[in-house]
Amino acid sequence: MPGSGPTYPLATMPPDDPTPTPTHTVGQRLERLDARAKVLGTARYADDLTFPGLLHLKVVFSTQPHARVLAIRTDAARRAPGVRAVLTAKDCPGENLIPLVLPDLTLMAADRVRFVGDPVAAVVADTPEAAHDAARLVEVDYEPLPAVFDVLEALRPGAPVVAPPISGPAGHGGANTAPNLFNLLEVKKGDLAAGFEAADVVVEQEYRTPYQAHAYLETQGMTCVPEPDGVFAVYGCMQCPFYVHEAVARVLGVPRHRVKVIQVGTGGGFGGKEDVPSIIAGLAALGAWHTGRPVKLVLSRKEDFETMSKRHPALVRLKVGAKEDGTLTALEEQLWLDGGAYATLSPVVLYRAVTHAAGPYRWPAVHVTGHAVATNKVPCGAFRGFGTLQVIFALESILDELAERLGIDPLDLRLKNAVRVGDALGTNQALTESVGFIETLERAAEVSGYREKRERYRTWQEGPKRRGVGLGCLLYGVGLGAKGKFIDRTGAHVQLYPDGSCAVSIGNAEMGQGLRTVISQIAAEELGLEFSKVQTFDGDTSRVPDSGPTVASRATVMAGNAVRDACGQIRRELRAEAGLMLGVEPDALEVFQTWVRVKAAPERRVAMNDVIARAAHARRALTASGFRLPADTWWSDDEGQGKAYEVYTYATNVCEVEVDVETGESRVIALTAAHDIGRAINPTLAEGQIEGGALQGLGFALTEEVHIDQGVIKNPRFATYIIPTAMDSPELKAVIVEHPYSGGPYGAKGIGEPPIMGIAPAVTNAIKAATGARLFECPATPERVTEAMKAQGVAARDEVAV
Amino acid sequence: MSEIDVGLEVNGEQVRARCQPHDTLLALLRYRLGLTGTKEGCGEGECGACTVFMDGEAVDSCLVLAAQCEGRQVTTIEGLGRGWPDGLHPVQKAFMETGAVQCGFCIPGIIMSAADAITRRSDAAREEVRRLVAGNLCRCTGYTKIFDAIELARDRVARGEVRPEA
Repeated sequence: MPGSGPTYPLATMPPDDPTPTPTHTVGQRLERLDARAKVLGTARYADDLTFPGLLHLKVVFSTQPHARVLAIRTDAARRAPGVRAVLTAKDCPGENLIPLVLPDLTLMAADRVRFVGDPVAAVVADTPEAAHDAARLVEVDYEPLPAVFDVLEALRPGAPVVAPPISGPAGHGGANTAPNLFNLLEVKKGDLAAGFEAADVVVEQEYRTPYQAHAYLETQGMTCVPEPDGVFAVYGCMQCPFYVHEAVARVLGVPRHRVKVIQVGTGGGFGGKEDVPSIIAGLAALGAWHTGRPVKLVLSRKEDFETMSKRHPALVRLKVGAKEDGTLTALEEQLWLDGGAYATLSPVVLYRAVTHAAGPYRWPAVHVTGHAVATNKVPCGAFRGFGTLQVIFALESILDELAERLGIDPLDLRLKNAVRVGDALGTNQALTESVGFIETLERAAEVSGYREKRERYRTWQEGPKRRGVGLGCLLYGVGLGAKGKFIDRTGAHVQLYPDGSCAVSIGNAEMGQGLRTVISQIAAEELGLEFSKVQTFDGDTSRVPDSGPTVASRATVMAGNAVRDACGQIRRELRAEAGLMLGVEPDALEVFQTWVRVKAAPERRVAMNDVIARAAHARRALTASGFRLPADTWWSDDEGQGKAYEVYTYATNVCEVEVDVETGESRVIALTAAHDIGRAINPTLAEGQIEGGALQGLGFALTEEVHIDQGVIKNPRFATYIIPTAMDSPELKAVIVEHPYSGGPYGAKGIGEPPIMGIAPAVTNAIKAATGARLFECPATPERVTEAMKAQGVAARDEVAV
Repeated sequence: MSEIDVGLEVNGEQVRARCQPHDTLLALLRYRLGLTGTKEGCGEGECGACTVFMDGEAVDSCLVLAAQCEGRQVTTIEGLGRGWPDGLHPVQKAFMETGAVQCGFCIPGIIMSAADAITRRSDAAREEVRRLVAGNLCRCTGYTKIFDAIELARDRVARGEVRPEA
């Protein structure tokens, strides 16, 4: 394999015992393990914890987009009542650094601030009020520097340097070699010139997508507790306990065994609790280090909005060609992601963007060039979809333009070019299994009544209201892929008790998606236990294996496989014991529901409970650790090709919109989302992901926009940053399509991110169908729709008749 | 600033608490009484996560001063299920059954609003149900299963299938 670097052996499953066919828990709509605690209000989140002697921390953030820090005056704050410490960058006992892809993010700005919201000081006091009052007494002398807020300006020679060149670990997403360019990535396939030469129709267009704020209902929060044995315990909301672990050890300058991180109830993540919790924990830990007391930091909604990461705004220039019959011939794209002031995860967000730019279609020729760019604005990082919403909006919009030029229905254009098993993606990755794209197209069209509505809405009108139906499709590479494989592994610990109950510990995080429930279902299936007999525990880094981040829709697959690995080891012991009980060789036995039975004579069986009791008495090993690596992936930066991800999920969204052509207001009437997720371990939870992701996608499509002026966020609250309410939730139909993946537990592929990804173009394609106006930028606010209608000379259809 | 003394009924019990004149009911519940089931999502009345009942009516507890609560009756998520089978209000039970819960942070507030709503409007159709919880933001679920849960609870209560225990 070209440019593959080191290869990783796959952990092997126990060869003697194939996974049992799902019989009683996998695939069932079982109730969440944490549902009861959450409806009773007893589930505990970051700010619900308290500790004796607890102090409170308030951060002083930069008010300048770009400035030299000349002095930080803390005397007045130190003298304020109740204040225990006032800390700045020089107070870090270890390194003033939050390690991510590139080593550029400081815990607190030392001599230069790069955005409005860069932490410059921290005040620790007896009460939140005292910390708040004292923080206002900290004075910072700034010498303003020229700032840059636009990606294209930032790359011009002579632009203010936000991010100087810096190197990251080799192979870890790349280094920025030019000022303000975090990284540049290309995807190259086939002969582009020949592709456009062969085209009968070529469409070229520019698209823009906005910031999006995670708007999780629980803001960031952490408490660090110094323990008597010299260990710093960190409690809080997060997706990646081991990122926090590494960061806190680094900031405090202690070996990692002096830190333990315990994830507590996490009130929404969506990527927003991937990287930035390390900053919150680092600050709390610094406070605890200097005061010797527990220190809590919980951000206010405004602070969270203004300083925490966002979805990257993007500029996309896209050109596509096709033959008269609709056969796609070439795709050329240039992409700029606005990464803000620090690299954080931008290099890997860009990787996902460029590798997904060509979508689930067959293209003979592709050339994508992507740039992740630094500006003096809030850093952008992980957000559900991770760089894909931007390229999907462009691609799915331009495919509809192409379809119109060709006189082909958008659904037929997609069906004609959809990838199947045996095809290669734009990255030239060959698809060998589990490609359910066409079925998602067919199912979504059928369930939504796409063709019939497309026809009916052509002439539909009611006063100023027009209706349209539109499509938005996508594929999604499951897991961290080739640029993230250096941290891609999972572990699990499974302990079976003599009474037939079972404890499972995993290193991935429950943040509402239902991971603990799904893991319990898998363990119950694997060990022949009732679901109620399995408890899956939240992570404590001192007790669970580093399982990488809980991101990239990877946890069901990765943690699920690690749990299967552990359960397989225990099952071998159970079958040996059952073999003695039944007088047959263990190989002749299988686990079925809550029994062990003879394969050839299923009526000969023993209850799993009895087997476990005897096995425990015989002192068999009923506890095991599981460990898994993903299937190997690789990427060649030079060739712009590779096996970018181990497997892909596919989806089709059909959106029905009603537009008031007088006001430009769009209302989504219905949304159908068909997802090929390999296998739904728990269909209710999978639907929950689809429904929730779809509504977040509608927010991105219609209302959500962060307004930034000279680096200052102007709408940092729910009253001005508009996320969908119950009134905005349309009829949502989640359709699950199952093309099993041989490398996933019971065929599962993952479902966390895809639901949000293809919504925006489905909406704007429907608006185009309804009004005749094409939006090249989202969200589709009434202003934008009205302007587009005016600019494109589209009279409201049948206006004369009104 | 000198502290004040507030006496009120919370979840059926008389309590007295010292608090700051500027403390909200939310702060009183969470930090003085340790009732952390009520959540703060924004602190300015925009998200509904802090919804509780005051004298039987749903309010945003972040917009009510503790000092205003003298002699009032407050019910929080911790007290909602009192007197119902298994300690679960029909809305709580329905949320568990329909899969309406994800991260759970908005859930106490939404359940309070929904419980208030079905008491007032036991015949509410889905459109009405939407409006009744429109002041509570949820970022995880898309609201679909939340509507299902509220309708399930509404129907059970309306049909008399579930009643408070004596």
